Amino acid sequence: MINCILAGVGGQGTVLASKLIAHTAMRQGHPVHTAETIGMAQRGGSVVSHVRIGEGGYSPLIPLGSAQLLLAFEPAEAVRALPYLAPDGVIVTAKKAVRPVTAALSGSSYDGSEMLSYLQKDGRRLILVDGEEILSRCGSSKVLNTALLGAAAASGALGFAAKEVEEAVRALVPERFLEINLLALSLGAAAEGEDK
Amino acid sequence: MAKTLLMGNEIIAMGAIRAGVGLVSGYPGTPSTEILETVARKNPGDIYVEWSTNEKSALEVAAGGAYTGARTMVTMKQVGLNVASDPLMSLAYVGVKGGMVVVVADDPGPISSQTEQDTRRFAAFSKLPVFDPASPEEAYTMIGDAFDYSEKYGTPVLFRSTTRICHGCASIELKEERKKVVPEGFVKDSRWVIFPRLTYQNHLKIEQRQPVLADDFSSYHGNCLSGSGKKGIAAGGVSYSYAMESLAGRSGFKMLKVGTPHPFPEQLALKFLEGLDEVLCVEELDPVIEDALLAVVGKYHLPAVIFGKRTGHTPVAGENTVESVRQAAFSFLGLPLPETAPLPQPPELPVRPPVLCAGCPHRASFYAVKQAMKGRKAVFSGDIGCYTLGNAAPLDMVDTCLCMGAGVTVAQGLHRMEPDAVNFAFIGDSTFFHTGIPGVVNAVYNETDLVLIVLDNSTTAMTGHQPHPGTGKTMMGEVSEKISIPAVLRALGVKTVLEEDPLDLPAAVAAVRRASGEKGVSAVVFRSPCIAVTRPKPALQIDALRCVGCKKCIRELGCPAIILKDGKASIEASLCFGCGLCRGLCPTKAIEGGRQE
Repeated sequence: MINCILAGVGGQGTVLASKLIAHTAMRQGHPVHTAETIGMAQRGGSVVSHVRIGEGGYSPLIPLGSAQLLLAFEPAEAVRALPYLAPDGVIVTAKKAVRPVTAALSGSSYDGSEMLSYLQKDGRRLILVDGEEILSRCGSSKVLNTALLGAAAASGALGFAAKEVEEAVRALVPERFLEINLLALSLGAAAEGEDK
Repeated sequence: MAKTLLMGNEIIAMGAIRAGVGLVSGYPGTPSTEILETVARKNPGDIYVEWSTNEKSALEVAAGGAYTGARTMVTMKQVGLNVASDPLMSLAYVGVKGGMVVVVADDPGPISSQTEQDTRRFAAFSKLPVFDPASPEEAYTMIGDAFDYSEKYGTPVLFRSTTRICHGCASIELKEERKKVVPEGFVKDSRWVIFPRLTYQNHLKIEQRQPVLADDFSSYHGNCLSGSGKKGIAAGGVSYSYAMESLAGRSGFKMLKVGTPHPFPEQLALKFLEGLDEVLCVEELDPVIEDALLAVVGKYHLPAVIFGKRTGHTPVAGENTVESVRQAAFSFLGLPLPETAPLPQPPELPVRPPVLCAGCPHRASFYAVKQAMKGRKAVFSGDIGCYTLGNAAPLDMVDTCLCMGAGVTVAQGLHRMEPDAVNFAFIGDSTFFHTGIPGVVNAVYNETDLVLIVLDNSTTAMTGHQPHPGTGKTMMGEVSEKISIPAVLRALGVKTVLEEDPLDLPAAVAAVRRASGEKGVSAVVFRSPCIAVTRPKPALQIDALRCVGCKKCIRELGCPAIILKDGKASIEASLCFGCGLCRGLCPTKAIEGGRQE
């Protein structure tokens, strides 16, 4: 069974990323379970999606210490969700910090750098994705999810390649956003060494 | 048929469609909302679906439908059942002809609710059967079973689910066939008119039915027994799945899965308890299974000791997790917990409380009232919806929040005891129709001074943008006449009813000042659509040369799009909705662009 935890901030598109993973795994014949954060926390709060691929699990939520992949949309959210990661798990995270409103109000200097160095010291495989660069190449601020997913798939932790996610993107993403999402997926994958 | 990934709520909806449901009503509420939305979306064409104005109306509509012999379903969240409890309690005595299922989603945690109440308790209170699925997959068959049992016993049944079942998704194969239900039609009969004598007679029947149903449930496939040993674990709902996950591959104990907590399957429980010394109960919210087992043990003088919430062996509040269940179960079974090296202390993590979205018109409404009341003693009663988030700093504009529709009436009680304060009640458009109107009537009738602020964003935003009577759209895809909130207020006798766009700050402040100067009930209807149902305007920018870094925009608005960059305010273009509220309050006019008047 492959467990994947996705962590981000409400509005970053974690739900679509988890659906793309689920769709791809189902196409390959695996049973899939997912669980999402829905409701009040979606308004700028921390959100976590659980995706469980394969037989053998009962709980809709991934037990702590048993995710093969932590796909984080933000450095502090990666740290927050780190307890879910298995000892041999892989961390894929966007580098850019999302500052909460409370940080601007309290004058806190949170910029994500402390989080990134904490993750680097953790010792497990860490893949940092320069989401900003990919977003500017795609000309859209809304494709961080597919870019990160490209890198995550290319890392090998999901059991399928980024190329195999394309079908799910075609099935789930609205026509007018399709091209930029496919581009973001391939750029994310290329950043992690998977050729288009 | 190929497997599809469906959310638990979608699965419940598809199960109900398959079971031949003919009428579905409800009121939105997390985590129940997607059930009714899915029925509407997947409607084969012969199902009547409506969002009702509140849960009481919804349940009564479904009851009427079931009086004809049709299968009906009503959906709500747990606190919605409180609103619908009046008809539910009486309907338990009257009964139904067609199968009627009351789907109630509980919210352990709670994640988005004001209570951690347990609908299984409501089942016992109302003496109605209740089904409690352990997984989204089980919910698919169980919802159909609920209709069958409802018809078999002529009673409405409760179907209780929880957040992790409702919002958990599973790849599932849907069945093609669909039950054909041909309602007999409404037959006039004294059984439909509740009178004290009928109540007494039906009360006797209900009490006679309880043990019969309990025996029936003892052989129901949703209740089952496995394993062997001197110790036993009893679990229900998603906690059963947590127990299975944490004890996978282990043996030497019995397991009782309870899928119908009321009436409790006593015969099955007796088989479970046979030969047991100790039992651990694993469940969320109230100790329902635990109390039922304690009763069985007492009734039959059995030696088993029952552990759970009442003995401090499992948490009494909040959600269960695989970890919490594992900890309780391992300790109960005398198994060593696997050692895990703790992670090093992480740096201080930023807190991310939910906030009003960038561009949310509620922020403008709260800000306008705050400006208008500067220096005056005022109390701001809030209500249930996105606008409850107005309580957060820096707005700090929600002093009370109790339940749907309570803001308008709590404000009246506050004012009666403290008449020197100006009392405001904030209410959203959907909440106004839900339970707000009687409170307004109360204030007008009793001549209470009250400033009502209606936050009309043309949708039910918090639960995911459902239509309501003010939007003129129905779940059957038809357009009905919009019910005008200002017209309702005027008809109720509110003399001063002002309508403003909250994003026009000077006009909004003036309207609040004027309304707050009136005697009796006055109202300001702030109308501006939710950002989720409208298109963004061009993003604003802050001229770094003119910005003096006073942070007024950050300090007063708390907009997620305004951040501090090198000591100066800066706007995150990807988040800015272009509402323009910040532009009006910048003392150096450094903010440009956005919505133009």
